[in-house]
Amino acid sequence: MLAFFIRRILLGIVTVWAISVISFIVIQLPPGDFVDAYIAQIASTGGVVATETADQLRSQYGIDQPLPVQYVKWMSRILRGDLGVSLEFRVPVREVIGDRIWLTMAVSFGAILVTWGLALPIGIYSAVKQYSIGDYVATFIGFIGLAIPNFLLALILMYFGFKWFDLNVGGLFSAEYRIAPWSWAKVWDLIKHLPLPVLILGLGGTAQLIRIMRANLLDELHKPYVITARAKGLSETRVIMKYPVRAALNPFASTMGYLIPFVVSGSIIVATVLSLPTIGPTLLRALIAQDMFLAGAIILLLGVLTVIGTILSDLLLMWIDPRIRLEQH
Amino acid sequence: MSNEQHEVILSVNNLKTYFFQDEGTVKAVDGASFEVYKGRTLGIVGESGCGKSVTARSILRLEEKPGRIVDGEITLLREDNSTIELTALKQNSRDLRAIRGSDIALIFQEPMTSFSAHYTIGNQIIEMIRLHQNVTKREAKDLTIELLRRVGIPKPERRIDEYPFQLSGGLRQRVMIAMALANNPRILIADEPTTALDVTTQAQILDLLRQLQEDTGMSVILITHDMGVVAEMCDDVVVMYLGRVVETGPVDDIFHNPQHPYTRSLLTSIPSVLAEPRTKLPTLTGAIPHPYNRPQGCAFHPRCSEFMPGKCDHFTPHLQALDASGIQHVSCFLHHEPVAESAEHIS
Repeated sequence: MLAFFIRRILLGIVTVWAISVISFIVIQLPPGDFVDAYIAQIASTGGVVATETADQLRSQYGIDQPLPVQYVKWMSRILRGDLGVSLEFRVPVREVIGDRIWLTMAVSFGAILVTWGLALPIGIYSAVKQYSIGDYVATFIGFIGLAIPNFLLALILMYFGFKWFDLNVGGLFSAEYRIAPWSWAKVWDLIKHLPLPVLILGLGGTAQLIRIMRANLLDELHKPYVITARAKGLSETRVIMKYPVRAALNPFASTMGYLIPFVVSGSIIVATVLSLPTIGPTLLRALIAQDMFLAGAIILLLGVLTVIGTILSDLLLMWIDPRIRLEQH
Repeated sequence: MSNEQHEVILSVNNLKTYFFQDEGTVKAVDGASFEVYKGRTLGIVGESGCGKSVTARSILRLEEKPGRIVDGEITLLREDNSTIELTALKQNSRDLRAIRGSDIALIFQEPMTSFSAHYTIGNQIIEMIRLHQNVTKREAKDLTIELLRRVGIPKPERRIDEYPFQLSGGLRQRVMIAMALANNPRILIADEPTTALDVTTQAQILDLLRQLQEDTGMSVILITHDMGVVAEMCDDVVVMYLGRVVETGPVDDIFHNPQHPYTRSLLTSIPSVLAEPRTKLPTLTGAIPHPYNRPQGCAFHPRCSEFMPGKCDHFTPHLQALDASGIQHVSCFLHHEPVAESAEHIS
């Protein structure tokens, strides 16, 4: 089991390295570099950047050097814990990402909790009461949830929240806390703002997960071991919760790893609509500006999160399913 | 089978379990009647699809949707000599659950899929004990180890923490039996308990079942398609064909004096060590009819060697005593004439 774990960690490190190479290449793929984008931006406001200034900028940021050299320099800095300086904002990447990564985690975690908290019971109900009115209602709402884009849902909820409840619906903080240092009052303010974005981000995944849970459980419900459990004299609730639901949880555990990056990257439009100070909009902006250090750092971070999530889901799977745990010997 | 010397512990009367599907209704069990006696083994035999397993499950009210018991009575004699009508109880009601696993226990064909792979065998047996007996976890664990030892599992105190997939097929079936015996049931239903096992293991499991029955005095309902197993294990036999009982009686009468053509052809299909080598076993002609397309009259008539046109395909035979002794019953027009009031005229 330990050997399995170590192998997973090593594989994870190799994966992260591969992600770093690919993300570096992908960031360089669009024609031009940050300085070109910068010149274009200045030009669009009527300014002119002298060729010498451009060259100076290029050598200052090291983007006149060949790609492999740039990559090695970038990586060696990251290994020392230095994410580099954002070309666009001219401050360290760490500062740009800073709070955003934790806020992103908070929103993502909340969204995953909402997804699981809704999808599990509804999925179980839908499977156990297959073809009942409740099942059809859940299926209907589920498909609507799948079909409506999250950002549209965000707009609708914002409108009604504003109209009926007079809520200040954008962002994660009230105006007075937006740039204030962290305090309990600010945390409380955050908690008050979280439910709406968390709900919106969670609902899309919920519909999908209801379908998965329903299908998994339907597969398990008529297996012989369920009849054995019933023949023991267990109550129907105990039978279902202890046996088939446990077996149907496997796919839940194995998809957990992908949920984190899915929520982060899938939330870019929603985060923009709701003006959430999360990482998604920052990534989008960095990519447009060809701010390679900022974009690279975010993509690498997402990669690491995915790998960690996958390792965690493997561990969870081993904990849930003894067949996986014991066959590793 | 109005056998006076033996006490009836469970009687099934005119049981009908139908499966209502979009394509039509499958009459898996269509008026089965038989009795189980105290301390004796009843064998229910027939080809696959004749309704043996559905009958077994119906007794514990484990029939699953779209299946439903539409008619009949299942009467159980309880320990205090009161009787309880199982078909009158609601599925999964408290009264019924008190009987499941306690008065009547069930063993299935496939010990691998009949256990959950997610819990240790100890967990699954202890659960069964604590559900029906008021004991602590510790006591239940000791009882479980004792049970495992009793069914011949080596090192039970270690095996108790293993998962079903870590055991061999034979051991798994032993564990299954141990679990069924956990609350000293008065009736054990074994649904093809040896079908999934190899021949040597089969013999061991059957020996174990017989031994346990002698020790506990419980009644056993053994469901099988194997006439050899019936000869070896059973006191009484019920022969089923397409959801109906075609013949019942003590095992000796069924084997030495079979009356129904179907029983006879089942018996001729047993391989014998005395037979000439390389001779083909007699086989029953034709196949079991499609469940949606049950033949009119006697369901067996298209395959029957003694088919009487105008009789067997027009009237439905009913189970009747063969002679005045009332020991053997048969449902065939070779032995009784169609009765106007009880036979349904179809054409």
